[in-house]
Amino acid sequence: MLRYLIRRLGQALLVVAGVVMLTFVVMRLVPGDPAVAFAGPKATPEQLAAARERFGLDDPLWVQLWNYVRDLVTGDWGTSLHTRQPVRDDLLLAFPASLELVGAALLLAIVAGIPVGVLAARYKTKFPDFGVRVASMLAVSVPVFWLALALQTVFASNLGWFPVAGEYDSSLDTTSPLTLWTNITVVDALITGNWPILTSTLRHLVLPTLVVAAYPTGVIAQMTRAMLIEEAGQDHARLERALGFGETSILTRFALRPALGPVLSLIALVFAYSIVNGFLVEAVFNWPGLGRYAASAISSLDTPAIAGVTLLVALVYVLANLVVDLLQGLIDPRVRPQ
Amino acid sequence: MIEVRDLQVRYGTRVVARVPELDVGAGECVAIVGESGSGKSTTLLSLLGLTEGADVSGHVSVCGVEVLQASPQQLRRIRGARVALVLQSPQAALSPTTRLGTLMRRALELHGITGPRGGGPETGGPETGGSAGSRKERSWKGRASKGGLERVMVEAVEAVMLDPEILRRYPHEISGGQAQRFAIALAIALGAEVILADEPTSALDVTVQAEVVGVLHGLREERGLALLIVSHDLALVSTIADRVLVMKDGEVVESGPAADVLTRPSHPYTRELLEALP
Amino acid sequence: MTPPGTPPGTPPGTPPEASLSEAGPSEAPLRRTLPKITDRFAATGAVLIVVVAAAALLAPWLAPYPEDAVDPVNALLAPGAEHWFGTDQAGRDVLTRVLYGGRTSLFIAVSVLAVSAAVGVTLGLVAGYAGGWVRDVIMRVTDVFLAFPALLLSLMLAMVLQPSVTTVIVAIAVTWWPWYARLSASVAASVATRPYVDAARCLGVPAPVIIVRHVLPNSITPVLVQISLDAGGVILTAAALSYLGLGAQEPTAEWGLMVDQGQTLFTTNWWVVTFPGLAILVTAFAFNVLGEGLRNALDPRRVVR
Repeated sequence: MLRYLIRRLGQALLVVAGVVMLTFVVMRLVPGDPAVAFAGPKATPEQLAAARERFGLDDPLWVQLWNYVRDLVTGDWGTSLHTRQPVRDDLLLAFPASLELVGAALLLAIVAGIPVGVLAARYKTKFPDFGVRVASMLAVSVPVFWLALALQTVFASNLGWFPVAGEYDSSLDTTSPLTLWTNITVVDALITGNWPILTSTLRHLVLPTLVVAAYPTGVIAQMTRAMLIEEAGQDHARLERALGFGETSILTRFALRPALGPVLSLIALVFAYSIVNGFLVEAVFNWPGLGRYAASAISSLDTPAIAGVTLLVALVYVLANLVVDLLQGLIDPRVRPQ
Repeated sequence: MIEVRDLQVRYGTRVVARVPELDVGAGECVAIVGESGSGKSTTLLSLLGLTEGADVSGHVSVCGVEVLQASPQQLRRIRGARVALVLQSPQAALSPTTRLGTLMRRALELHGITGPRGGGPETGGPETGGSAGSRKERSWKGRASKGGLERVMVEAVEAVMLDPEILRRYPHEISGGQAQRFAIALAIALGAEVILADEPTSALDVTVQAEVVGVLHGLREERGLALLIVSHDLALVSTIADRVLVMKDGEVVESGPAADVLTRPSHPYTRELLEALP
Repeated sequence: MTPPGTPPGTPPGTPPEASLSEAGPSEAPLRRTLPKITDRFAATGAVLIVVVAAAALLAPWLAPYPEDAVDPVNALLAPGAEHWFGTDQAGRDVLTRVLYGGRTSLFIAVSVLAVSAAVGVTLGLVAGYAGGWVRDVIMRVTDVFLAFPALLLSLMLAMVLQPSVTTVIVAIAVTWWPWYARLSASVAASVATRPYVDAARCLGVPAPVIIVRHVLPNSITPVLVQISLDAGGVILTAAALSYLGLGAQEPTAEWGLMVDQGQTLFTTNWWVVTFPGLAILVTAFAFNVLGEGLRNALDPRRVVR
């Protein structure tokens, strides 16, 4: 187990190193001089030179790469040209908000997707199955930004059931200010007992969560269905049938667990995908997460900020894959490394 | 225990098995032989109503239940509890993520078995757990006789000469012979009266084959179980079966007492099969 | 159905639709019709795609108005007899723009899939056939690309390059090829061990010839299935990039761009946003349904690897 863990960690590190290099290369390709962007269009030659000096833009490329890696490792992710804050601090504020949204969406997707997949597998090729297949296919085919706009227009602007945008009612910051612990608003509000902000955040969460959850719910339902049908066609299902177990009980008591392995790895992949997909939703609902941060960084050609977002998301992706590989051994004893 | 008349199994318009007559009484062992694709496995599965997607006609009575007319609930009640199935590929027939003991306990609970038979009231009667009342009663019983359930399981496993420790294992952690003996232990634990075995030894080593055959033979002698074995292995059949049916392309070409069929085959196909023996 | 970030082959091949439900004789006739229903699901996708493709290709003849006929007097007309889908803020006919938008979307999808399949399959075949360190290097590189969610890397690239349709194609293709590389490498690796390949090698046939003659034809089916599954994802990603202003620019008709430009009008003039969005949904849906059907038909047993 330990050797497997070490090998898997080594692989992950290699990927991270590649990601850092690739990010660095792409950032060097960005048009426009970061020194100009930092010092402003009216900067004097001296100010420009100082800026170039500060970012080490005159050093040879490999020195820049080396410095970049060294800084990243020591926790210096650069300074945003746009907010003029350390990128790391910006990310520590924005990422938890994205996590909150995607976490809520995935929770919904798992709670809804797996039972729906079981239902479809149980009534395979009958009406419930057909309904689930069409619905899940629609859910993975819908453009998120459009769904976000549609829900926002109908349920927020027109019907007024939910707030239009934002993470919580900002006037609450003065009446019941929130103490930050994790930077995840829901969690912080919960542990500090800040009920006004908690309820406000939950109300703001509903619509964006539904939109972000559409894709994961669809793929989880499809995957669960497919894996269950596959399992129910295996030899062991025949024995279970011969032992007198009914179809529902074969699916939920014997087939679901081996089927959950692939579903779990799907969830990790979908998690990373949903964070980026959430960018579009954050833009529509003005959610203060990574997406909004990335959007403003892109429009101002803020390379350190964009590099920071990219690295963070790639890290999350690598980590999610790692966790899943290790978790899979717990669910399915066959893949448990000896 | 098994009574079959004019059984016909069709997939669409293709007839895959036709059996005019097949009877297996308590303590008897009947074998169906033939090469793969001869319809012998289909015949076996149709006795439990497990032929998926097939049209089955005729008269099939197993343990007094008219299989072809039975409701799904009735079928589920005889499956396992009265008629056990032993499949060819030993490990694939066991759910990979379920410990053997868990599978056995679930099966016992499903059929409402909570303790050893004989002493106390026989609870082997089918219990579907439909009403809230009966479910409550069952869970109470289950708790009261936790040790009883455990004892049934250990005794069944020991009856097939397995270490009870095996109940804590997963299917991939045991050998093929152990898996096959565990499948038989399931039948014992559930108190099955009939065992249907589909190529029970063909995936096993020769020495392990002998063990499994020994266990099956013992069950029949000591507990009076009815055995219906499907096999292409004439050597196995000659050691255990009382009567033999020879099937080819879905038709029964010859049947009769094992001694007669195997020593004085009347059908050319049977002769062919026998000549293929080493 | 595989937008960026999902591995090829998810969700996995649905087993053939032979029924395993409770076997009651009365259900038999119904069960025989089931494969037909499954086919019908995929056939619906195929028909939808033919309709979408025909609408896009024939846009110049089908469209009731010229592509960018600006008519400020008739801006923001609600759908009616003159303008079935209404008009936008510049008075352009929304139906016309949706039809022409299909050309852009399909062009992007076809280009992306062709480029990334060409690059990915070439690298994958080489990796799978050669094995050893060659395979290791190529696979580690694809791992790195796979660690970037496609939309994010596309965002970065779209920023580096000037916003345009070509940019969208390049940006998405860069993130898409690794999937084909990984898939074809694993298939090619198993093909490379087959006897006829060994035989060719023993006869001294050069490796490139073996790859093209023997490995490629025998590894291409899963890739083709994957391509059909991916088309929907490409269309969604392209629309998202255009929605963010990083893709097609005015006056090109593009669905994502149309949603972007109309989004402030959603409450008052729903048709400006609704129809282009529906067009994206229907097209992606059609490809996803067809892709799933093809996979079930051609390759029912393939599960995520």
